[in-house]
Amino acid sequence: MSDTVTVTINGNKYSAAKGEYVLQVARRHGIRIPTLCDHQNVEPYGACRLCIVEATSGGRTRIVTSCLYPAEEGLIIETDSPRVVRNRKMLLDLLYARCSENRVIKELAAEYGLEKPSFDPEYWTTEDCVVCGLCCRVCEQVVGVSAISLVNRGITKGPAAPYLESAQACIGCGSCYYACPTGAIRMEDKNGYRYIYNWNIKYKLQKCKVCGIEWAPVKQLEYIRKKWNLPEDFFDVCPNDR
Amino acid sequence: MPRKLTSADDLKSLQTRLAKSLDSGKPRISVCNGTACRPYGSNPVVEAFRATIENKGLQDRIDFKVTGCHGFCERGPIAVIEPGNIFYQKVKPEDVAEIIEKTALNNKIIDRLLFEEPSTKTRATSQASLSFYKGQSRVILGNNLKIDPTNIEDYIAIGGYSALSKALFQYQPSDIIEIVKKSGLRGRGGGGFPTGRKWESCRNAHGDIKYVIVNADEGDPGAYANEGLLTGNPHSVLEGLIIGAFAIGSHQGFIYVRNEYPLALKNITAAMEQAEKLGLLGKNILGSGFDFQVRVNRGGGAFICGESTALMASLEGKVGEPRAKYIHTVERGLWDRPSDLNNVETWANIPLIINNGPEWFNKIGSPSNTGTKIFSLTGKVNNTGLVEVPMGIKLRDIIFDIGGGIRGGKKFKAVQTGGPSGGCLPESLLDLPVDYDTLIKAGSMMGSGGMIVMDENNCMVDVARYFLSFLEEESCGKCVPCREGILRMRQLLNEITEGEGKESDLALLEEVCQCLKDSSLCQLGGSAPNPVLSTLKYFRDEYEEHIKLKKCRAGVCKALITFSIIEEKCPGCGQCVKACPSGAITFLGKRKPVLLDQSKCIKCRTCFDICKMGAVKIE
Repeated sequence: MSDTVTVTINGNKYSAAKGEYVLQVARRHGIRIPTLCDHQNVEPYGACRLCIVEATSGGRTRIVTSCLYPAEEGLIIETDSPRVVRNRKMLLDLLYARCSENRVIKELAAEYGLEKPSFDPEYWTTEDCVVCGLCCRVCEQVVGVSAISLVNRGITKGPAAPYLESAQACIGCGSCYYACPTGAIRMEDKNGYRYIYNWNIKYKLQKCKVCGIEWAPVKQLEYIRKKWNLPEDFFDVCPNDR
Repeated sequence: MPRKLTSADDLKSLQTRLAKSLDSGKPRISVCNGTACRPYGSNPVVEAFRATIENKGLQDRIDFKVTGCHGFCERGPIAVIEPGNIFYQKVKPEDVAEIIEKTALNNKIIDRLLFEEPSTKTRATSQASLSFYKGQSRVILGNNLKIDPTNIEDYIAIGGYSALSKALFQYQPSDIIEIVKKSGLRGRGGGGFPTGRKWESCRNAHGDIKYVIVNADEGDPGAYANEGLLTGNPHSVLEGLIIGAFAIGSHQGFIYVRNEYPLALKNITAAMEQAEKLGLLGKNILGSGFDFQVRVNRGGGAFICGESTALMASLEGKVGEPRAKYIHTVERGLWDRPSDLNNVETWANIPLIINNGPEWFNKIGSPSNTGTKIFSLTGKVNNTGLVEVPMGIKLRDIIFDIGGGIRGGKKFKAVQTGGPSGGCLPESLLDLPVDYDTLIKAGSMMGSGGMIVMDENNCMVDVARYFLSFLEEESCGKCVPCREGILRMRQLLNEITEGEGKESDLALLEEVCQCLKDSSLCQLGGSAPNPVLSTLKYFRDEYEEHIKLKKCRAGVCKALITFSIIEEKCPGCGQCVKACPSGAITFLGKRKPVLLDQSKCIKCRTCFDICKMGAVKIE
């Protein structure tokens, strides 16, 4: 069948759907490639570059990002060649200097033998965000509200609410919080409210009429109720007590 | 305005009529009113010509033309008078009456307005005999002199749109692609990809709707070749675009102009309106049945939008961020449809190739680098401006013959080609032929044609730091290597220029460079290491001096230099005392050397520049 192609990954042959991204093929066969900006529920983005692999196609070998590289007949992939490892190590070195206290980055860096960033400690920063854009991408592609987006460019780029004020379109669902690979989003439920500090929001939580737990932001439940045309009292009771 | 043209014959007869009026035998004065000449005062000169001609009732005796860029921007405002091809530079409104009276009407030369060659101190009369123009092949830019860019009739009079007519009525789209392929034309935006092959891929790509795009988002500091072309001869670009659209099978084009080019924007917009009125654009072009619309989009000021995928994202109304090009834009580009994007200069070559044939084009330049290339020659050369040279010309010929050598008799140090992410090439490589492949091999690139010449007073570490700081600000910030890597490299270079560099820094720099080259998302990151790697390769001793000896031989890096007064040479004139912004120099009386207080000196170089006696020393 012409829709199926054979690709070689680290010396072993695998079949893949034509056009399927190399990262998916590798994952399906249990080959680990590190990623930060990849998420199964959103389109690949190619920002963190950690998923780079060495690809040989048509006699030409180059470094490509596996999350975006389509499988084709005869493609040869090396996921951990010396060149790949060297590049990935520098990428982590750069991220480590940016996120010098972040646990996730620290662990990944350690995997590549980095005990500390190679750059002058004077310039290390303690960011948690790696600007993978997942928070914004899930908000747009999964939740469908686009309450936040990446703003600025260069080193100042980062996710933010419009005008750095309160993200008015945010429904408080917390998808950004769950999708963030490095724990850069600070979300908290306390005293009857949900706070997402990054987007300056504070939303009242719905109390279950049966058990009394505060189980989701009222705004989120309203959003879902309207979208699916559900009865007004539908979310008065939490899923556990339904 | 003539009536709408509905056939090839219509165009031909209009052309014949306009060409006839061109050969009237009247003297013609062309004054450059391009973007570079305006700040030199070309607008008042143009006004003076208009007023004088009108006051003296000479409208019928003199053909006066306000044109786009003539190229020799250094010497603006410029006027060229025919017959005789007489070249006047630094023209002032006061000179106008004399130029009309003596030169235009009586063929007499005004010596003081001629250009004096810096090397021979001789004055050349005709433009073509100037050393600046002699080594050039101005096949594209040359027409700027002959036309008023805001008047389509001028362009038609010199044969404009005849290539379009030829393409529509004598060729099949596949023939045109074949001609462009045979011509060997390669992308003038810097990538150097064969244009004909790109067109072919786009034509063969699946989809009914296809787009063609003019990339006029020329963002390299100091580069303005596209501006000169789009402002000075907008119809040549438009004609090329329409031919390309016909060959590819596209009915919608876009011209993406950077917002900082107001004149280019104005002229191309006017050109489109005029072409549409004449039936050269829009529905049923020249009665051929071919429809083609164009829209002009203004850039928002981001350097990255010159990158094809970022430009397309911007056209779609999204943030100008590049995306991976594993699936080429000719297959899936603007709104996921097959899109062909070419640089302004590439498009402007098309009418010439169609009219003169691929064999003619092959004769210019070198075998795999055919045609000419426009460079914005700037920096420490005597003659700066827009130069158009055959590909394969030596760097030395551009810098020393056309450019007239280094200013002030200083020593050449390096030339950077290709804009901020190009490489710096040393004197030993001056005999390299300028073409896509050679420049890449030497660690630089063609880019969009920037060429910055540096002399002994430029510090190569500081130069690398400067270009990185530009790229750091212009990185879109999407991918890690570009966003984080350029920052770290710039920090390392800062340390070195401040005398805080470590020997291990150079290896670390090289490691970061390698990572950017290999794993960046787009070519902004991929080529950002060029200024660092090329200076490390060719000027490593300067890096080592900064690190080991804490010395900047060019006297640029402030932390590494001190200023002092050479007492024997100082006449105590007090010029530097007045000029010093920090009050670091004290006047001690006439004929006594001044006193410089190191603790107050901010190393601004003002005293050094102002002292005529050479009594200020930089160490």
